Amino acid sequence: MKQILVISGKGGTGKTFFTGCLATALHNKVLVDCDVDAANLHLLLHPQIKQAHDFIGGKIALIDKTKCIQCGVCKEVCKFDAIDNDFQVEELSCEGCTICSYVCPEKAILLKDRVSGQYFVSETKYGTLVHAQLGIAQENSGKLVTKLRELAKEIAQIEKAEYIVIDGPPGVGCPVMASMTGVDLAIAVTEPTLSGMHDLKRLIELAKHFKVPVKVVINKYDLNDEMSSQMVKELEHLGIEVCGKIPFSEEILASVKACKPFLEFAKNSLASEIAGLIDKII
Amino acid sequence: MVISVASGKGGTGKTTIAVSLALSIENSQIIDCDVEEPNARLFLNPEIKQKIEVTSVIPKVDKEKCNLCGYCSNVCAYNALSVIKLDSSGDVILFPQLCHGCEGCILLCPEKAMQKDYRTIGEITVGSRENVEFIEGKLNISEVLAPKIIEEAKKFIKPDKITIIDAPPGTSCPAVAAVKGSDFCILVTEPTPFGLHDLELAYEATRALKIKSGVIINKSGDDQLIEEFCRKNKIHVLLKIPFNREIAETYSKGIPLVKAMPQYKEIFQKIYKDIKENL
Repeated sequence: MKQILVISGKGGTGKTFFTGCLATALHNKVLVDCDVDAANLHLLLHPQIKQAHDFIGGKIALIDKTKCIQCGVCKEVCKFDAIDNDFQVEELSCEGCTICSYVCPEKAILLKDRVSGQYFVSETKYGTLVHAQLGIAQENSGKLVTKLRELAKEIAQIEKAEYIVIDGPPGVGCPVMASMTGVDLAIAVTEPTLSGMHDLKRLIELAKHFKVPVKVVINKYDLNDEMSSQMVKELEHLGIEVCGKIPFSEEILASVKACKPFLEFAKNSLASEIAGLIDKII
Repeated sequence: MVISVASGKGGTGKTTIAVSLALSIENSQIIDCDVEEPNARLFLNPEIKQKIEVTSVIPKVDKEKCNLCGYCSNVCAYNALSVIKLDSSGDVILFPQLCHGCEGCILLCPEKAMQKDYRTIGEITVGSRENVEFIEGKLNISEVLAPKIIEEAKKFIKPDKITIIDAPPGTSCPAVAAVKGSDFCILVTEPTPFGLHDLELAYEATRALKIKSGVIINKSGDDQLIEEFCRKNKIHVLLKIPFNREIAETYSKGIPLVKAMPQYKEIFQKIYKDIKENL
């Protein structure tokens, strides 16, 4: 079983569009949407939810007003300024370190599970999809990503799937790291822009750290041919292969607006070109 | 006044808007809080004046005092400490990247065997360009404490200036840390189902934080989806930037929109005025 991660550094470069292409082109796979902050893959794949689970992202402190004597010890030890002057725990600031509960002389601090979101196992016409929705302003997205990947792996083993295809989150932070550990290949989708290049370099550094091979696809390459050529050169220098270039296309935009994977939406020469590109990469 | 620029989804044009707004108004400062991938600098080309390391507290074990009781490992909610006890020796192993700096282990060690130590997790860069003060937070690769860098960067907010915050994408802790405390939040979106979905989430986040917001539709064309959402929720559409190849090319070269198309300067000034009146 091969785990393939689609990733971008910068958001909005076409990760989900490309994952949608993989979903259509590859057979016998489990799909995972690890962009738990702003999951979009479901908009293309139209999943039917079979299982929904609460995701417990850690603990949150709660002060029992009937026991609290407002001595202030908890406020003093909290490094996240999560306890306000009325001795209320500010949920958005509490990082669940639980230290306040150890120091409270009145045992007035309770720790409750923090439901940080939900995760789902769904059926799509492209295969099983594991996805999630992190609650607004919740943390531990890395942990949720890990959960999704574990679940996907279990399902892939049961289904004897050949591939796990992962739609990754943007950036280089904890959810990205959680998406990247142990994958067989990361496909970085980038745009020929100064910021695209900048963010891609940070991503490559991260992949190196995790010893994950990276291949690059330049999306909308003809928006700036010069920048695209420069990118190819710079990446070559870093020992990274640019394995494909996709032109800017109104058709691709139309497929996104129609909420359909591009390879299913269009049967034109660009679609066969992309299908060929996928054959080459995988 | 603090105006943050957020989006839910990445790549919608947050940085374009933030930089152009900062360049269009007087007495502004821009704080790039997209600490995983800060990009405002690429467009602003500021003259850098100062770099400040951002550190986080980690524990340091005094081996003389430590009796390997394992209590520190028990209290650590982030699994950053592991205590190994062998017959005659042992060790306390710290996984620094898991440590959130809560200092609980230092406080609670029964033997007082832990001290504060510091490690660098990122950097704040300060500079300026054309009267725009520039502050950038940057998280080191393979670090996770993005909110900490964001909070440090936000300490540079000057109350007598108009502060523009370039927020990270998404609606989880880094985005919330960036937007929290703003007077107004500009939500940048694209007129696609992806854009709408992420706008809904970003809007929910601003509501949870009790921050007024307005929408800018980038790559505007057929905007019905977004307009309907804004109408339903009574959100003001501040601006539509058409999808235009010239704008895309300008962006790809790292040229701020208001520099390439000076006619936008007045437009951004008007947006600022609208926001001020809206508050």
